[in-house]
Order: sequence, then structure tokens, then C-alpha cells
Amino acid sequence: MKILSRIYVALMVFFLYAPVAVMIFFSFNSGESVWVFEGFSASWYADAFTNTEMIEALERTLIVAILSATISTVLGTAAAVGILAFRKKITKNAIMSVTNIPMMNADIVTGVSLMLFFVFIGKILGAYESLGFATVLIAHITFNLPYVILSVMPRLKATDHSLHDAALDLGCTPISAFFKVIIPAIKTSIFTGFIMAFTLSLDDFVISYFTCGHYQTLPILIYNMTKKTVTPDVYALSTIIFIAVFVLLILYNIAGNKSDKKRGVV
Amino acid sequence: MKKIISVILCLCLVAILFTGCGYEYQELNLVGKYDKSLKGTTLNVYNWGEYISDGSDDCLDVNKEFEKLTGIKVNYTTFESNETMYSQLKGGGVSYDLIFPSDYMIERLINENMLKKIDVGKISNYKYIDKKYKGLFYDPDEEYTVPYNVGMVGVIYNSALIDEPEHSWEALWDEKYRDMSLNFSNPRDGFMTAQMILGQSVNTTNKKDWDKALEKLKQGKDVLQSYVMDEIYGKLETGEAAIGPYYAGDYLFMKEINEDLEFFYPKEGTNIFVDAICVPESAKNIEAAMMYINFLLEPDVSLANAEYIGYASPNTAVIENPDYYYYKNEILYPEEKDMPKVEYYHDIDPEIRSYYENLWIDLKLY
Repeated sequence: MKILSRIYVALMVFFLYAPVAVMIFFSFNSGESVWVFEGFSASWYADAFTNTEMIEALERTLIVAILSATISTVLGTAAAVGILAFRKKITKNAIMSVTNIPMMNADIVTGVSLMLFFVFIGKILGAYESLGFATVLIAHITFNLPYVILSVMPRLKATDHSLHDAALDLGCTPISAFFKVIIPAIKTSIFTGFIMAFTLSLDDFVISYFTCGHYQTLPILIYNMTKKTVTPDVYALSTIIFIAVFVLLILYNIAGNKSDKKRGVV
Repeated sequence: MKKIISVILCLCLVAILFTGCGYEYQELNLVGKYDKSLKGTTLNVYNWGEYISDGSDDCLDVNKEFEKLTGIKVNYTTFESNETMYSQLKGGGVSYDLIFPSDYMIERLINENMLKKIDVGKISNYKYIDKKYKGLFYDPDEEYTVPYNVGMVGVIYNSALIDEPEHSWEALWDEKYRDMSLNFSNPRDGFMTAQMILGQSVNTTNKKDWDKALEKLKQGKDVLQSYVMDEIYGKLETGEAAIGPYYAGDYLFMKEINEDLEFFYPKEGTNIFVDAICVPESAKNIEAAMMYINFLLEPDVSLANAEYIGYASPNTAVIENPDYYYYKNEILYPEEKDMPKVEYYHDIDPEIRSYYENLWIDLKLY
């Protein structure tokens, strides 16, 4: 039984990571071919950095990801606190369902409807062009929000209500009680929400595609390379992104473990 | 708090990695006149992906050079098909100063009044454009377009796997190459291969013609390995397939990877396309757009683009330059006597378009 379960896990890890491994492998190919390995070389990495079009797209992607993740984390945490403060269970559930719907919705529906909405508002305001950085940022915040709420909510529910009351008794104002007591208690889940929002935003294609206008992000740029074929410098760049995200997650896990141990949760 | 700081530091590290790394290209020799009068303005360029020399592989970074020269910020974005570009323009949420549609799409854009006229008199380097590509069917009076690239479809085969076939589209139907041959997976190009054999026009509006072409394609479906687009690169380079049709410029790249690949233009004729530079109705920065077009037509810039993209250039300063990597290349620039019969795609009536698109679905299900 133990062997079987090990095989199962091994297979799962294989299918999850084999494609990435192949991509990393071919990013070190010295030749142009993406099928035959001709020799080891890091030249595609150098190439990726001199390709200004790609670097600009990456910058845009990172800016949108960081901003949208930050803003949606702040809004989402505030929303979670607000939702829990409702007395009636029915209101609570209703609001939760409303926030969850965008998550269930197909990306393409969200994308198209957001685009129509932005163009519509833009026309009303008489703007010359309505799509761009602002719209793609708003769109990303929109689809990130429910994930943040979903990540913060359970932890917030689990924190003891009397913590807040105790802080008030000990002389905190409600605001400082929130920042000094509630936030530290739920910070891990806030951070999880942030990371989730960041990665979702980083690789979103469909919604960005409809709402970005001139502000094309990296996934869209790669998709548009189909007139010619995708070149290995894309693999190099993707490898760097993968490793950056990977390191980020490992650091986060180490940090999370430490703080959990300190508090004796584990 | 520490965690947040560590994350921010990580991100900064990534950001540092991604900036800098510039390099200097050798001095450009420019023919036209450029000044900094439009410094600080933005030019929105909407081009095909991978369709400009972009600084990778030590080649010229066209947009950066233009920015350095004029102080105009080039906001360069890309699309992957004429149809995507069309729907973006039509959607109206975004405006562009320059677009690069293909011939049939230009016809549609002009018909729908979506293009502005260009005064080619203001573009001093327009004189370099080959007469052959001036005043084509989509723009007979040279009012709207400046040609950017030209391409033709031909058949690629692997000489290590099969002997040289007769130079005909029939090769894709040949029983000898069962499960080794490929055909286009998009309807227009796919139908073209059959229509050439049947001697029809690729722009026929007779539904019976399309029905006949469908019959022809159905007969060949069993022999084919698959219908492909970009996958053809891998399939032909590795020898997974032995024969298939694609664009001449792309063949030249495949040849660099697999030397056994050979190419011919079928005797029945083939499709030719021109991608041209146009100014859409919504353009704002017209002066800068004219400057950019002139810059693209510069002999040095055109040369860098032609070598990077690998399609045939309509620029005589490139075609006649002995240092050009594809100088007198017989595939990109066949001599008059070797020139295949060619036919452009025209913008087809929407009713016929949806008719053949449905037939295409029929074929896929057949």
C-alpha cells in the first residue's frame, strides 16, 4: 500500500513538473531548435535581456501583478472583516456568494463583460481611448479580490473574538486594536492571499487580453508570437519567472513555519 | 513584517535583473531627415508578433533606435491574426497610429472607412518600394498603404525521407506519402491547396466551387497525417512528417535547423500576400507615424528587418544589396522565369466566408 501511494505521488509530481523541467532544459539549448538538444549554452538568457519588447512586457506584467495584488489584499482583508461583522447569517452568506460568483465565472465572460463596461464608460466620459493600464489594473483587482477574501476569511473566523475585546479593555482604540491585534493574528493568511493574487495576476491571459489596450502583458506577447514560431528566449524568460516564484514560495513557507512554531500552532 | 520585506527584496532583485543590459549597435546610415520636433509624444504601433527586428541576437533594435533618433516614445504592441487586429480596431476601446494588416484585410478596412489616407509624397524613402508592389488591388491609387513584407506559400519536403516529388499540390494527396504529409489547419489556406489543383480562383463566390474543393480535400484527408499551423516547424524539422505546405520565409528558418529540407512552388500556382503599413482612422499622432514609416523604409532598417523576419522585402535597397543575407535567394526572390503563378486573397463576402468555414468544419469531422 505504501509503495502504491508513493508511486501515485511520484506520478503526480512528474506530471506537474515534467513540462517545466523540459522547458528549463531547452532554455539552455545552444541551437535555435526547440526539439533537438544541440549543446549547453546560456545564450538565450542573454538574448532575452536584449529583447526590449519582451522586457517591457515583463515590466508591465510585474507592475500590474504587484499593484493589483497589494490593492486587492488591502480591499479583500477589509471586506472579510466587514462581512464577518454582519450579525445576520443570511446577509453574511448572501454577500459571500456574491463575492464568489466572479471566481466561478468563466474568464472569457469576465473579460468580455469588463471590456464592454470599460468601453461603455469611456464613451460616456468622452475619453479618446478607454482601455489601458488603468483598466487592466482594475480588471486584475476584480478577479483577485474573491481569492483574497477566501483566504483571509477562515483565519479571521478562527481568531478569538475576545482578543479584540481584551485589547479594547487594555486601552486600545478600535483602530489600533485592529492593527495591533487582529492583523498580526491573521497575517499569514493575508500573505497567502497576496501571493495567490500575485501569481494569478502574473499569468492571467484571457481577462488581460480583452482589457489591456496598449498595455500588453507578457502572456499576451507570447501568444502573439504565432506569426513566426516561439523562440527559446521565451523559455529562458519563463524559467527565470518560474524560479523567482519558486524561491518566493519556499521563503514564504520557511517564514510561515517559523512563526507557526513560535506560536506553538504546529 | 520580515516576510513582507523579504518578498519585496526578492521582487527588487528580479527587477534589477531585468533592467540595464543595453548594448550599442553600430552607427546607422540614414537617408531620410529626422528631427526631434515631436519629442515627448507617443506613437502607438500595432504589429504582428515577432515582426520587427527587436534587438535579440545582436540585431538592430528598431524601436529603440527610432526613440533615440526622434525622442518619440514608441508604444509597441502586437497581434496574432488579421482578425484579432480587426476586432480590436472595431471594438473602439483603443486607438493606434500604425497597423500592419495583410492585403485582404486592408481591402475590408478601406471598404469600411477605417483607414486614413497617407500622403506618400511626405515619405521620402517610399521611392525604394519595388514598383511590383505599388498600386496593388487593395489600394490601386497608392493612397492608403506602404508595403512592409511579401510572402508566398510553397511546399516543403524532407529530401532524406522522400525523393523529390513532382512540383504539384497533388503531392499532398499522394498515396506514397501516407501519414507523412501535412496540410494547413486554417480554412482559407487549406482550401487554397485544393482550389489550385481544381483550377478555381481562391476568391470564387460560387458555392459549387467551394463544394468541389471540399470534395477534393475529403479525398486527401485519409492520406494526411494532420492539419497544422505552427506545429509544422517541429514536425518537419524532426522528420516526424516528410512533406507539408508553408510560407517561404519560414522554410528558410527550418532549413537552418534541418539541412535536408527542400522547397518548391507548385506548378498550379500559389497564394501570395503582402503585409502593409496603414494608418487607422483613430490615429492621433500622424506626423510621428509618417516619420516612423520613413524610418522603416530606411535601407539599413529594412535590411535588419528583412534578415530578422526572413520574408521577402519589397524594398529595392534591400533586394539589391549584395551584403543582404538572402541576396538573390531563389526562394524569396525567384527570377521572372521561375516565378510561380500567384493569386492574392481578396476580402470575401461574409456569406461566402461563413459558407466555407462551415464546409471546413465538415471536413474536420469527416
